[in-house]
This record gives sequence, C-alpha cells and structure tokens, in this order.
Amino acid sequence: MPDDRELADTRSAPRLLTNQVPGLAAADELVVSRQSETLDSEDLLVSKPMGILFWLAIGWVGLVVVAAILANVLPLPNPDFQNYSSINASPSLHHLLGTDDLGRDLLSRLIFGARVSLVVGFCSVTVGLLFGGTLGLISGYKGGRLDTALNAGSFVLLAFPAIVAVIAIVAFWGASLFKVTVILSVAVIPLLYRVVRASSLSFANREFVTAARTLGATSARIVFREILPNVVPVAVTFGLITVAGVIVIEGSLAFLGLSVPLPTPSWGNIIAEGSSNGELNINPYIMLWPVLSMFLLLLSINLIGDRLRQRFDIREGLL
Amino acid sequence: MAKYFLRRFLQLVVVAFIISVLVFLLVHLLPGDPTVVILGANDTAHNRAILDQQLGLNLPLWHQYVIWLKGVFHGNLGQSYLNHQPVTATIKSGWPIDVELIIISQVIAFLVAIPLALVTSRRPNRALDNISTTSTFGMLALPPFVIAPIMVAVFAVGLHWFPATGYVPFTQDPAANIHDMILPSLAITAGSIAVYYRLFRSDLISTLQEDFITMARSKGLSNRWIMWRHAFRPSSFSLLAAAGVNIGALIAGTFIVEFLFAIPGLGYSLVQAVNQRDYLVVQGITLVVAVAYVVLQFIIDFLFTVVDPRVTRE
Repeated sequence: MPDDRELADTRSAPRLLTNQVPGLAAADELVVSRQSETLDSEDLLVSKPMGILFWLAIGWVGLVVVAAILANVLPLPNPDFQNYSSINASPSLHHLLGTDDLGRDLLSRLIFGARVSLVVGFCSVTVGLLFGGTLGLISGYKGGRLDTALNAGSFVLLAFPAIVAVIAIVAFWGASLFKVTVILSVAVIPLLYRVVRASSLSFANREFVTAARTLGATSARIVFREILPNVVPVAVTFGLITVAGVIVIEGSLAFLGLSVPLPTPSWGNIIAEGSSNGELNINPYIMLWPVLSMFLLLLSINLIGDRLRQRFDIREGLL
Repeated sequence: MAKYFLRRFLQLVVVAFIISVLVFLLVHLLPGDPTVVILGANDTAHNRAILDQQLGLNLPLWHQYVIWLKGVFHGNLGQSYLNHQPVTATIKSGWPIDVELIIISQVIAFLVAIPLALVTSRRPNRALDNISTTSTFGMLALPPFVIAPIMVAVFAVGLHWFPATGYVPFTQDPAANIHDMILPSLAITAGSIAVYYRLFRSDLISTLQEDFITMARSKGLSNRWIMWRHAFRPSSFSLLAAAGVNIGALIAGTFIVEFLFAIPGLGYSLVQAVNQRDYLVVQGITLVVAVAYVVLQFIIDFLFTVVDPRVTRE
C-alpha cells in the first residue's frame, strides 16, 4: 500500500527541513523539488569532476576546523585579554584583524569563536545521526508498529518551530556550550530520522535485500551490511546540510545573547557586539570578520553538500 | 477531501495539545522553587506557603495544567513578574509587527523571485540565468544575523537612507512605519528569494519540457501566454510548499531583526523576557508562536490542496 504512507511522506518531509534549517535552503530544494527529468545540466553531469570551487570550499572548511582545533597552540593573544593601550585598532602586523572596543584581538576572538559554531554544528549532527539515523535505519526496514510510533513522534517534534522551542528551553534551562549542543542534538534527531528512514525504506524491498533474506541473513546483518552502506551517502550529504542549519541556529541564538555566555567569543555574539549602535560607526571590523567567515563557511558547506548530492545522485523521490 | 481534512485537523489538535503540555511543563523545569524566584531567597516559609496557595502550586500537576489551560482559553496567560502587565497585552501589541515584517518580506520575495524565474527558465544556462543562479546560491548562505548588520552598516550608517534602529507604530504614521520596516524586511527576505527562485526556476524548466507545452508552442501561442497560462500553475506546487516550510525560518528572522533594530515585536519581547527571567512572558509567547505556526502550516496544507487537488487523492 504505497498510497497513504508515501503520500504522507512526500508531503511532510519539507516541513521538517523547514523548521530546522532556517535561512539555509539547499535542504529544502532537495526535499521539495519534485522528481523530474530536468534538462538541468547539473543533473546530467553526475560524474563530472568536482571542480575547483569544491576544493576551495573544502579548503576553507578545513582551514576553519584546523585553526579552531589548534587555537590554543597558535601564537594568539588570549581572546579575552583586554589591552587598553590598543582599542579599536585597525588591522596591523601586530593585530592582523585589528582589535575591538575593549582592545581584544579580533583574530584570536574569531578563531576561538569558530570553536563554538563547529562544536555545536558537528557534535549535534553526529549525535543526531547516531540516534535518529539508527532508528530510521531500523524502522525503515522493519516497518510495523515501531515505525508508526516513531513516525508520529517525529511529526510532533517537527511541528515545533525549532528556534522558538530552542529559545524557550534555553530560557528555562540556561545556556552553555554543552546545553546548547544537547538541545540542538535533540532538535535534529527527528529530521535525520526521517531522512534516513525514507532512504532505508527505499532499499528495503530491493532485490539484493530479498536475496540476502533468502540466503538466511539475520535482520541485523541485512540492516547493517546491506542497507546501511547504501544509506550512508544520503545520511552524510544531509548531515552536512544539517550542520550548516545548526550553525545558523546557534549563530542566531548567540546573536540574541542566548548561546554561550559572554565573554566567551562565538561568531554570533561577536557580530551582535559589533553591530550595536555606535560600534558600526567606529569600528565596523568587529562585525565584518565574523560575518565574512560565517558567510564563507555556510557557502562552503552548502557547496560541498550540493556537489555530494549531485555525485551520489540523491533526488527527492526518496523522501 | 473531507476525510483528509478531518484527519489533518485531528493531527492539528493533537499537536496543539502536546505543545500546550510541553509549554506548561517548561515552567516546572525551572531549577528551584518559583516562590523563591518571586519573593527572593530571604522571605519566610510562611509567606512562601501563602504564595504557593495563591498560585495553586500546591495542587497536583495535572490539576494545575487544567487551571492554566482554562485561563489560556479565557485569554489569561498570567502576568509579568516585573511590570505586572498581563502577558496577553504584550502579545497583542507585538504580533502585528511580526506579521507586518513577514508580509512585507514575502511580497518582496515573490515579486523578485517569480518574474526572475519566468525570464531565466526560458533560456537556461545563459548569462542572466547563470548570474541569478549563482547569486541566489550565495544568498542561501546569508542568514538574517549575517546580512542584517551589513545592511545596517551600508544603508543606515553609511548612506543614511534608513534609520539604524527605531520603530513608529503604523497607526501613528504609516509612511514612517513602512520606511522603518523596509530594512528589517529586506534582511529576512534574502533567504526566501533564494529558495523561491531556485525552486520555481527548476520546476519551470522541467514543466517547459512537457508535451503539453510543445503542443501549445506548435499551436503558435505566444511565449508570454504559455508561461503564465500553461507553465505557471503546474510549476508552482513546490513554491507553495517551500513558502510553508519557510515560515519557521521567517519567525527566526523576525526575532533577529527585531533585536537588532529594537522593534518591539514578539521576538524582541521574548528575548527581553528571557534575559530578565520573566518566565510567564516566555511561556506565553512560546505558546502563542508555536500554536500560530502549527495553524499556519495547516492553512498552507489547505491552500496546497486547492492548487494541487492530487494531494487529497487517496
């Protein structure tokens, strides 16, 4: 009975992505666009080389990740050290990106701030994939009552506007790197669950699965040895797009002052500090660096996700 | 059709119920005793017991929920601990601002995205198409908190075209109100333009390869007629779905720009309430926004069935 179940699936998937990924719509396109044989050259050239932009994007993400990991080792001043003899300094050899209104080194704050975005983004998606992905894998293959229950649960969770739910929980529970990561992990579980489930479902009745079953393979073996390898490209591609979405949500929270508490730098709260009334006039650099870095990071992640999607030929008949 | 809507409506009621329970429980997640929050840590146990009784905190949880929900249906969401204003008053004065921001931004988004897609989809991979496809891909990486400060720096601080902060109520001075709202609306419109344009363009391109379009062409119909009468509607389903999906992002966007521009909408009040630990205000706004969001999704589903009747076919 493909009718009811599949209909519900195609129609609900966009909603989920919707909430979780504000401002970031590569995922929406992936899900919403109906299956079609477009002349879109992008789709035809599935096996074309990744292109220089792809590698530039990888390079930028790599640079940010490495800098964030090595932040303690790099010869940087303490990001919270206030040097009152160089306030609002322009970029110079001494302070490569300048200093802010308290004389703190902007490069140092930028690099330490990257840690927050990256930790929150990658950790919550990893946790989301572990829990949501595993559940989706199993319930997509098994179906039955478990599937029905998990589906209903994921719909309810996805019916919440993510940002409001996250703000409310932060308000009552408090904000810290750990708490924000936990909250966003929970927020992405239903999303990744649905993606992996849909993909798992599409493989559940393929010939090679039937063959494995005929040969007497256990369910566990089928799920993890036959289905999982096929689901991985979809999960990774979607996971990557979700990382960008989570980074946007964390950045928005930080901008509103509801993520990691000050003075710990994060790109969102540096942007907020730099966009306050007088600051834009006096020293636009404070806001400029994290804005540029965030833009390039999101652009790069989107681009990588987009190329991977083309390479693996993921279309949204699946969802 | 009726059956489909009954099911969707039941879904709506269940989700709204669960939202109300979760939002109610939020306050009970608070570490410590709410009476301590209200009275301060130094008050006597006796006073606390009295307040417990006044607030109904000594009743079983489910009973408290029922009382609270009754209040909600009577338009009573409690009052702020700080200024003792009813929460509903804050919400009443705030929501039109959010709605205005969303409407202006969506009008701009559709006015830009739809005509652009209609033009570029006829000749994919030409210069104009490549430029718009590339630039909208870039816009996908510009969430409001990234683009809004840049816009303020350029258009408010640099060029002085718009005020950097401030808000005039629409009823007081419509022209000034719109003028103040343009910059914030533009900041949240970027993402919408990108999504709508990219979706609509790719759907138009695939529609234009359908047999009925070739048929229309061979009948000698004008290009404009074909685009608007034959290609538009069958290509607009994903656009509508995307608009529905987009609401979550728009809510987040309005919160950001209200905070940045000091516009007293729901997001601004919410953030302020969070910072001042004004819990009933947080609870009330969360409830109203979440329920409004769910109801909007329901309405968009309904519109969807109007545009594409296949949806309800079971």
